[in-house]
Amino acid sequence: MKPVPFEYRRAGSVAEACAWRAEDPEAVLIAGGQTLMPMLAMRLVRPTRVIDIARIPDLDAIRVAADHVLLGATTRQAAAERSRIVAKEVPLLARALPWIGHPPTRRRGTIGGSIANADPAAEIPLVAVALGAEIMIAGAADGTASLPAAAFFLAPMVTALPAGAMVTGLRFPRPARRRFGTGFAEIARRHGDFALAAAAVTLMLDEAGAIDMISVAIGGAAPVPTRLDLAALIGTRPTEDAIAAALAAALAPLEMMADGHASGAYRRRAAARLARAAIAEARSEAAGREGTDDHAAS
Amino acid sequence: MTTLPLEVNGRAWLVEVEDRASLLDCLRDVLGLHGTHAGCEHGVCGTCTILLDGAPVRACLMLAAQADGHAITTIEGVAPRPGEMSLVQDAFCETHGLQCGYCTPGMVLTAEALLAANPAPSRAEIIAAISGNLCRCTGYGQIVEAIQLAAERRRGANIPAVETAP
Repeated sequence: MKPVPFEYRRAGSVAEACAWRAEDPEAVLIAGGQTLMPMLAMRLVRPTRVIDIARIPDLDAIRVAADHVLLGATTRQAAAERSRIVAKEVPLLARALPWIGHPPTRRRGTIGGSIANADPAAEIPLVAVALGAEIMIAGAADGTASLPAAAFFLAPMVTALPAGAMVTGLRFPRPARRRFGTGFAEIARRHGDFALAAAAVTLMLDEAGAIDMISVAIGGAAPVPTRLDLAALIGTRPTEDAIAAALAAALAPLEMMADGHASGAYRRRAAARLARAAIAEARSEAAGREGTDDHAAS
Repeated sequence: MTTLPLEVNGRAWLVEVEDRASLLDCLRDVLGLHGTHAGCEHGVCGTCTILLDGAPVRACLMLAAQADGHAITTIEGVAPRPGEMSLVQDAFCETHGLQCGYCTPGMVLTAEALLAANPAPSRAEIIAAISGNLCRCTGYGQIVEAIQLAAERRRGANIPAVETAP
């Protein structure tokens, strides 16, 4: 359980981290290390150089802009969990964070690390896909500055991050001032274990209580966090049965992962059930949100 | 090799470690603080838990080279004086909160951090706090009891709560 010998370097800026990485194709970045350290210990990763980005100034900042909230890549998961800005502006993320690992791993683990690692069972990528977040990057040869979450996750632990680039943050759209609600549900063998399936939901209701917008993404089930096509529910006040039917139709064509922990059939069933629970949670939250309706206010 | 200033249990050290050394290996092999136990060494069991700036983290999941500038507390740092035990350690003994003792340093430190931040944790909060620490002997019942007993005594002793991040 000892890593291969490597050189440790602490970067002072994003540019320095990218430059050091460009010099050495076998270099890896470390921030919280909650996934990289086990992979180093088991020698699944054998780097020649480990570049620490955790102390780059300002890379852990949480900033609110007019239409989005930016969480810097090295924002610790525990810091996001305590953040009032996250609770108010990205409530779906606030709901999902307590499901990640355990308090000691969230204390070290970072927002950007979870995105770059792209574990199919990870909560932060799932929330990013559900909310249509932008993944901010630096160091891409072609100058790409961001990628939409929906296009970022390609396969388990494989992302569209250009060679030599690094994730610098995650930009979430701010919720519209309307009757919106969020829901999150997950099943794992024990709390903190890898999700066998999870669902993240954000939706908006119109003044009549019909669904105006709905985004449901599932994690842990398909090889990447996947947003479901639920266009059939828009403009309706669906019954439980109608929701179940729409979810079954949306999940049917998706490829599910199967392993020793759960079969593909189990994951498909669990994803449907969790999505239903998360939709119910989001709907009841949205229905209870009064006086913030754009239409009603005008 | 890197020469690194570390603050462990309130004392300043200058340690020489390989770049690849985990904080766990540094504490055990360089500083001789064997109370921090090496269990799975890949972040699953929680037996190597230490306090980093007052909050529990896994010493196997960070490099020693990342630990400078932080205040580190190991199990050796919780007793008030040599030959004595901390209030939490006493409570673990009294409630039989340990059998083999392998998980105990991590459990005690996790409990110390919990009680420093939250003097009256609910049962659910205690369980959430120790959820990342595996115990294969006790079935956890007496560990929860130990933390409840320590909390009660701590409140009785008027130890002020400190602002510690969870």
